[in-house]
Amino acid sequence: MDILYKILIDPFLQMGQAPDLFVQTLWEGLVAGVLYSLIALGFVLIFKASGVFNFAQGIMMVFAALTLVGLHAKGVPAFLALALTVVVMLVLAIGIERLVLRPLVNQPDIILFMATFGLTYFLIGLGEVIFGGEPKTMITDALYLPRGSYEWKAFGGFVAFQKIDIAAVIIASVMVAGLAVFFQKTRIGRALRAVADSHKAALSVGISLEQIWVIVWFTAGIVALATGIMWGARSDVSFALQILALKALPVLILGGFTSIPGAIVGGVIIGVGEKVGEFYWGPLLGSGIESWLAYVIALVFLLFRPQGLFGERIIERI
Amino acid sequence: MRLKYLVLGAAVGSLVGASVLASRAEAQESIFVPLLTYRTGPFAGSGIPIANGMHDYLAMLNERDGGIGGVKLVIEECETGYNNAKGVECYEAVKSKKPVVVNPYSTGITLAIIPKAAVDKIPILSMAYGLSASAVGNEFPWIFNPPATYWDGLSMMFRYIGGKEGGLDKLKGKTIGYIYFDGGYGLEPIPLLEQFAKDYGFTVKKYPVPPAEMQNQSGLWLNVRRDRPDWMIMWGWGAMNPTAVKEAAKINYPMDKFIGIWWSGGDDDARPAGADAKGYLTLNFNGVGTNYPAIQDIVKTVVDKGKSQTPKDKIGENLYNRGVYNSVLIAEAIRNAQKITGKKVVTGEDVRRGFESLKISAARWKELGLPEFGAPIEAVSCTDHNGHHAAYMQQWDGTKWVKVSDWIVPMKEKVRPLLEAAAKDYVTKNQPWPKRTEPCDKST
Amino acid sequence: MFYREAGQYKTSYAADQALFPILQDRIGIAAILLIAFVVVPLFASDFLLNSFLIPILVLSLAAIGLNLLTGYTGLLSLGTGGFMGVGAFACYKLTSIFPDANIVLLIVVSGVASAAVGSVFGLPSLRIKGFYLAVATLAAQFFLSWCFIRIPWLYNYNVSAAIEVPTRTAFGIPVTGPNATSVTRYLVALSIVVAMTWVASNIVRGRIGRTWMAVRDMDIAAELIGIRLYRTKLLAFAISSFYCGVAGAMLAFLWLGAAESESFNINQSFLILFMVIIGGLGSIMGSFFGAMLIWGLPIVLRAAPEFFGVTVRAATVEHLQFMVVGALIIFFLIVEPHGLARLWQIAKQKLRVWPFPY
Repeated sequence: MDILYKILIDPFLQMGQAPDLFVQTLWEGLVAGVLYSLIALGFVLIFKASGVFNFAQGIMMVFAALTLVGLHAKGVPAFLALALTVVVMLVLAIGIERLVLRPLVNQPDIILFMATFGLTYFLIGLGEVIFGGEPKTMITDALYLPRGSYEWKAFGGFVAFQKIDIAAVIIASVMVAGLAVFFQKTRIGRALRAVADSHKAALSVGISLEQIWVIVWFTAGIVALATGIMWGARSDVSFALQILALKALPVLILGGFTSIPGAIVGGVIIGVGEKVGEFYWGPLLGSGIESWLAYVIALVFLLFRPQGLFGERIIERI
Repeated sequence: MRLKYLVLGAAVGSLVGASVLASRAEAQESIFVPLLTYRTGPFAGSGIPIANGMHDYLAMLNERDGGIGGVKLVIEECETGYNNAKGVECYEAVKSKKPVVVNPYSTGITLAIIPKAAVDKIPILSMAYGLSASAVGNEFPWIFNPPATYWDGLSMMFRYIGGKEGGLDKLKGKTIGYIYFDGGYGLEPIPLLEQFAKDYGFTVKKYPVPPAEMQNQSGLWLNVRRDRPDWMIMWGWGAMNPTAVKEAAKINYPMDKFIGIWWSGGDDDARPAGADAKGYLTLNFNGVGTNYPAIQDIVKTVVDKGKSQTPKDKIGENLYNRGVYNSVLIAEAIRNAQKITGKKVVTGEDVRRGFESLKISAARWKELGLPEFGAPIEAVSCTDHNGHHAAYMQQWDGTKWVKVSDWIVPMKEKVRPLLEAAAKDYVTKNQPWPKRTEPCDKST
Repeated sequence: MFYREAGQYKTSYAADQALFPILQDRIGIAAILLIAFVVVPLFASDFLLNSFLIPILVLSLAAIGLNLLTGYTGLLSLGTGGFMGVGAFACYKLTSIFPDANIVLLIVVSGVASAAVGSVFGLPSLRIKGFYLAVATLAAQFFLSWCFIRIPWLYNYNVSAAIEVPTRTAFGIPVTGPNATSVTRYLVALSIVVAMTWVASNIVRGRIGRTWMAVRDMDIAAELIGIRLYRTKLLAFAISSFYCGVAGAMLAFLWLGAAESESFNINQSFLILFMVIIGGLGSIMGSFFGAMLIWGLPIVLRAAPEFFGVTVRAATVEHLQFMVVGALIIFFLIVEPHGLARLWQIAKQKLRVWPFPY
């Protein structure tokens, strides 16, 4: 009975007793979730347009952040470094399209997936050769990103909102809104959606696949840069960040591989679920359950909707 | 067809490579000191400064003194990436070149090569990491882990806490949080921590950080905020450290109640949080800064000549000096071995004896050009391969580490019985374990 | 000229269905086995055995396991590392409970535990497909990794949460632990791998293998012709995990001599997947090629600068090695997306008509 009490009743009592902590947990979950969904967004963009499950998204994030910090360390002013990093991501996108995607066109999914593994290795090596393996501090101040926190006195305690986290949420929202407009309203955006629907049909109406691919990889690179800055500011810029990118995977299966809103909603569900789970139920299992909780949450959803929350319904024909 | 050549080429290449490696080492009169390091991977942040320090001190001995006792040291790094399989591969690769000592620099790799050491006659130096029980020289004649074990470290932290609280009995009813890397390294102190909890009547709250979540600790720190431990103790490594320090600052945890083990005290661990980390404490057993003649020699003879990969502004940082400390132990053991045996070119067997009677007095530290760099090494013996030496507490002042305590002596009387028990346990579980056959030297 | 099946008549069904119907293949296999069992132990150095041959044997076995699942049944799994871990920890528990039992037997038996765990985590495969399934198997990977730390019973309450392999014997000879010679460990590993490869190649060309391939090619069609998807997929998970489990036990007992949760982390899973894809999906032989390339290449790259007398820093070699391995993976995929096994087949085709291609 005691164990049932601890699982079923006690956590909720705790939520009621210390609402400030509950709100704080929700906020932390939200922020983590938004950051997961930013990584997931990079995956979705590429998967939608080219059907490639881009495993390299994590290392792209590290690479972008490293380039930014590395350039700044060489004495380049912060915003110029930012611009240069964007250029680097563009070059990277073109390079990937020319050297990896184009020769592998029409190959099975798993082969393309594997190719992005190769890309990951290559970028790890390249990043270490150029910038060295040591972790670097994100240039938060030079980019005018805020430091410190607001403390909201409420519920008989306080809820701390890190300014950098608020900035992360705002930037993520702007980015998603921007992408949504880009996809819905611009010519390129429409072309992108056309490619996502059918490569052949898109080709036949004169859409250049190559160009589209460069654009999506470049967009994913920019998303990666934004994510890298945010995660980098939260801890530091190091190759270990790449492991975190795996967290985007449960977000993806939850939200569906092809849905941008799915990535956002999925991210928030995973982020909040994971923090709340760790906070209220984790201690029962000896804590540290965050490493797999996200996957289990996603798995449970998946058993009911095998295509993810917002994925396109899978119709199978013979 | 291409494939066949590839496979053939790979096989032939590795064969030739291995034989070349084997033949080259003995070509000249030298002492081979391999350094297993990691400059890549998630732990590179901690691994790089240590690798630099280890390399630079030995290189300095070569440049300044022409090696040790007139014999050049051959220094070779092998990259492990903190990965066990690669580490064992490195061990196998250097084994054939007759190393006088191996530094695995990872608890996992140490565990994997401990049983091999006795068979291959290679002493293992796992400086204040690895298997704590290997301090028991009777069971582990080939393994050395001076200057202190993790359990010593924990007991020193409690001495410090006791000092601040006005006596360890004041801990009754308090809560102590323990945040740790969820792996062998972080699990090791738990038995002693739990014993302390029983002895002094406080509660322990444990916060494990899974390896994949090192940079994503906000959930755990919320737990810390709820539990409000009176003290926090951390066993962290690599990217886990800076994240933890930042998160602690974020929840307004009083930083001067947050103590890290010596591996959590890198400059890069506290620097990202900057001024927010002010007050953060860690144990340390080596001096920091460049204000030592030997370190100046390193700058002059190695770094300024471009024979090192160390950026000049990183010299004297804590983990760099940790690497130097590690190399001092190696060099002194080699020197000691030369003295005992009268030979110039010593072997692994000799260096094992050198370690067993290793003494570095305060005067000797000074002679080395490192006055008060470390506590005098005086208690390493045949039975005690660790010595349980003192360490001190250092505090982050917002930009650098400052020494804030005297040398703190570990509670040897509490640690030693646990060590003996752990060694016994290890031996029973690994039956048949070889009996010690190596005779014991009188220390000089 | 030399590799030609003309004139080799099969006069019975047994001959027609032999594993190696062509005489030259039989000779070739016999020669490889002879070299592997006799020549290598006589001449190979410790380094070659410990750091090259034994790892390749272990990793090949794991790759075969994953290949049965991914290559033959079409179920993408990223949980290989976890399943290998189950094998290793099971073997450790078994040998602590039965210290006198034949360790070779225990290594093989520990695969059963892995198979059981594998089938449990295979359950979602009945509903989830493709990359969705791959991510679901990641749940297995992370959950198992966590278990390996959080259940102290698994490692006999060792303070370091690691398993340290004690000296164990088979037929009176030490096979594991520090006293076992590399040659012994190599021979044991080789025997296990050869035996299990033989079993695997018979499974995949038998009824079970054919149902697997039917499911891989189109599961709905397979269901329509009367293949029970549930059983087939779960069986694939079980057998695949069995292989991975044995490989994991070998990794701990015959190769590294110690293991902890981190030895079976996500990178291990990815590594095995590389081997399977580079070697060739749906090819047993390819698993060996993949393991050789992915494991051997870094070693060769590492030895290369020294071989040519160039001194390069260890870390730089490591960085370059990452780049080269990454670039080569992409290169191989572009040149031959069906893997090294396919290259091998092409080579054999060419050989068949050599020297008069028509």
